[in-house]
Amino acid sequence: MIKQITFSSITKKVIMSLAGLFLIVFLLVHLGINLFLLPLTENHREIFELAANFMATNPLIKIMEIFLFGGFIIHIIYGIVVQLQNWASRGNIGYKSGNKTKASLSSRYMIYTGILVLLFLAMHIYQFYFIKLGLNSSVFMDEHGHPLFYDIAINLFTTQPAYSILYIVLFVFLGFHLNHAFQSAFQTLGWEHPKYTPCIKTLGLVYAIVVPLGFIIIPLYFLIMK
Amino acid sequence: MDLTLKIWRQENAQAKGEFKNYQVKGVSKDSSFLEMLDVLNESLVDKIESPVCFDHDCREGICGMCSLYINGRPHGPDDAITTCQLHMRKFKNGETITVEPWRAKPFPVIKDLVVDRSALDEIIQSGGYTSASTGGVPDANAILISKYDSDLAMDAASCIGCGACVAACKNASAMLFVSAKVSQFALLPQGQVEKERRVQKMVAKMDELGFGNCTNTYACEMECPKEISVSNIARMNREFLGAKLFSRETV
Repeated sequence: MIKQITFSSITKKVIMSLAGLFLIVFLLVHLGINLFLLPLTENHREIFELAANFMATNPLIKIMEIFLFGGFIIHIIYGIVVQLQNWASRGNIGYKSGNKTKASLSSRYMIYTGILVLLFLAMHIYQFYFIKLGLNSSVFMDEHGHPLFYDIAINLFTTQPAYSILYIVLFVFLGFHLNHAFQSAFQTLGWEHPKYTPCIKTLGLVYAIVVPLGFIIIPLYFLIMK
Repeated sequence: MDLTLKIWRQENAQAKGEFKNYQVKGVSKDSSFLEMLDVLNESLVDKIESPVCFDHDCREGICGMCSLYINGRPHGPDDAITTCQLHMRKFKNGETITVEPWRAKPFPVIKDLVVDRSALDEIIQSGGYTSASTGGVPDANAILISKYDSDLAMDAASCIGCGACVAACKNASAMLFVSAKVSQFALLPQGQVEKERRVQKMVAKMDELGFGNCTNTYACEMECPKEISVSNIARMNREFLGAKLFSRETV
């Protein structure tokens, strides 16, 4: 294996956790914009498009985009490397009587919830980012040939209930992933303190419920309003 | 109590093992798990069969020698105890009990339920010590240590090195063990001199031996007979990162 991915176990986990925390911040920004798909204000469409346009053209955001893709790639690659090593560490024979230790469900199934989120990410990039790059086409383009992400998103949610349901289910899994991820990142970085760790765990739980719920409300609104 | 035991039997490290069923009758609910196995072994010896090999020594829960993965949990269905302190009243009459050795790549089976845990000793040899200084006996109050820190160090030092953390961890990670052994020195003034070398060497050895990566499931803490806290793992992560980033000495 190349040297960069044969770091010590702790270094690998630290890199993963830093990338993960970065993605957690990104998710919050993404949600902030997405919520304007809902008729929150009279000019919600203008706000959404203004924000989408800002994200597409601002040079600082362009630089951040490189970090974002880097963050995803690092988090995914290390997630897989760490998991493969962990499966190998048990040895050739596993336990017949299973594992009855009451570790939290979200902590035990991180790789599986992670893979589901990865599948969603691939679909999401194909449906939105690829249109921007011109690798995928859409009927919703303005006169300059720029994609109208507002219409693309609304169209998906209003005409494809199967997509909406898949979207909702995958965000529930993302919630499970985040529930463990948030406090786990702090533990890996060694940011543990008898005063603050309980707050971090609560904050992680709140984040893992509120943020996916925020995303879920959008297709749910269009499913119900239909 | 009458019980059915499903026990892993393996002749030696190279042999292919398998589960064998044994019936034990008239077991006292007040006997310990190991005493119950003694009863089984006496009956096997009487029948001129090979007794089941398992590790044990003090039978007081302090030596760290006994192991056994019982019904899906290291040291069986009770909290904060070793297998020798597990009593048969924790089981139901007529129950089938599955007994397996610790499973981890760095813990090869020697025979039946006995595994080689010298990997843990190798980690200690790599840095889990303070270099002894010679000379006269220092005054007891020459180095002041707060009660709070000495208690934390003592809690970390109560690790008996049984390996239940590795057995419980879905990743077979030894982080709880190593972090306890790092912390017991890192918390005390006497451990400061070698702390950067120590943590880097012990983590490197842990990785080299093939233990898994910690994913913070905290199964280790839940199964540790000495209730070693995972806050030791966070401390080791801090120590390790600090040493990796800022130590000028190459280890």
